[in-house]
Amino acid sequence: MEPLLELLGLAKSAELLSLSPPGWGGNLLRGLVNSLQIAFGAFGFGLVIGLFGAYGKLYGGVVIRDLLAIYTTVIRAVPELVLILILYYVGTDLVNKIAQAFGYGRVEISGVFAGIWVLGIVQGAYSTEVLRGAIQAIPQGQIEAARAFGMPSLMLMRRVTIPAMMSFAVPGLANLWLIATKDTALLAIVGFSELTLETRQAAASTRAYFTFFLAAGALYMMVTLFSGAAFNRIEKWARRGQPSLRGKN
Amino acid sequence: MAELGAEEIDTQNADEEAIRVTDLRKSFGTLEVLKGVSLTAHKGDVVAIIGGSGSGKSTFLRCVNFLETPSAGQIIVGGEEIKMRPDGSPADRRQIERIRTQLGMVFQAFNLWTHRTLLENVIEVPVHVLKVPRAQAIKRAEELLDRVGLGDKADVFPSFLSGGQQQRAAIARALAVDPRVMLFDEPTSALDPELVGEVLTVIRDLAAEGRTMLLVTHEMKFAREVANHVVYLFEGRIEEQGPPAEVFGNPKSARLKQFLKTVG
Repeated sequence: MEPLLELLGLAKSAELLSLSPPGWGGNLLRGLVNSLQIAFGAFGFGLVIGLFGAYGKLYGGVVIRDLLAIYTTVIRAVPELVLILILYYVGTDLVNKIAQAFGYGRVEISGVFAGIWVLGIVQGAYSTEVLRGAIQAIPQGQIEAARAFGMPSLMLMRRVTIPAMMSFAVPGLANLWLIATKDTALLAIVGFSELTLETRQAAASTRAYFTFFLAAGALYMMVTLFSGAAFNRIEKWARRGQPSLRGKN
Repeated sequence: MAELGAEEIDTQNADEEAIRVTDLRKSFGTLEVLKGVSLTAHKGDVVAIIGGSGSGKSTFLRCVNFLETPSAGQIIVGGEEIKMRPDGSPADRRQIERIRTQLGMVFQAFNLWTHRTLLENVIEVPVHVLKVPRAQAIKRAEELLDRVGLGDKADVFPSFLSGGQQQRAAIARALAVDPRVMLFDEPTSALDPELVGEVLTVIRDLAAEGRTMLLVTHEMKFAREVANHVVYLFEGRIEEQGPPAEVFGNPKSARLKQFLKTVG
């Protein structure tokens, strides 16, 4: 292995990327784990918001519908970087004010929690629209049949609406997940040590910009490939019972 | 035939009322679709509801289980009156959910749950709404699927079946709750002509075994054959009703005569 790397002139890069110091590989992987943690949390939090948002927009009263319209419009109108700055500083400020009002001192907010909160709110706006569209795509008769057989509304949501809308929602949700993994890079601006910030620090300390950014790119790429495979399986499962569009297979 | 029909009704009058609808009204905005329809079915009755397009027959059926909210009227299922708010919506969510499980509905468009196999469709309501033990529900579902001739299709998803097969599965799903009354909303209207027969055969069997049914249909010959009471709706009112031999063989109203002529 080592002679080969020597031959290719990559010995220096391998050393820089090695997992234990003086290599920076460990830092990059820690950054990746942080990024994935936040992406996962934000995507999940966004899904919860999205489900409530979609139901609210479809079945809610006038006030709820208007509030949700403002939410989805504003969030989707403002650049994410700006939103992250606003939500991060407003969020931490708000938490501190509340803490002080109750007589506590300044609280240190965990970066992961803040990241999930900020990106989750952004994701929620997009999820709301993806899920709303998916629910509307369900043949109404299926929901009507559930009602006609006396299904209470929560059970109807769990047993009929959500499984029936999945096949319509999965492609859009896969997009959102991939966006979430990459939006974590924007959190570098508030000093959260996710993959991009770790990469920048490693690159700046060693002057090996190309090596580290290429490595980070490869990591993001791997996340995308794995996600693609996972979502393919999820979609296959969600589409069970529907004939393939390619005809017989 | 006429005498037999009359006799049947007489003996059943002594029986309990399965469903009684009194003065049902329904408006969509300013359009009054039902202008006071009353109808009673005793246990074992098969009531066919016929009428032209826009006569309100489907709306009537959908009001019975509150898929549409009636504007006014009274509905009693198995002696229990459905509590209504002044605007016609059900006042007691639990009550309407419970009563709906006693009204097995079969839709024109089948409305099977496409992400579930036939067996899963049939056990869904018993297991989750009625809390029947799963094994017991499966056993019963297999019997019902057998009965409608789909015993070998239990693990197939609805989209892979013909309309006739889907509708038979939908009938099995409705039977699985052991309904007090079955509601058929034009069960053969969405089917290719060659598939109508297999569905009618199943319904005919149910009638023969004494299932109580309200049947909205375009199949006049079939209505005449299986129903013991026929109701002709015209513009939201009952224009004429009676035993099938009377309604079809000796219609009194000019509109019904005209209608029977056009539908052949």
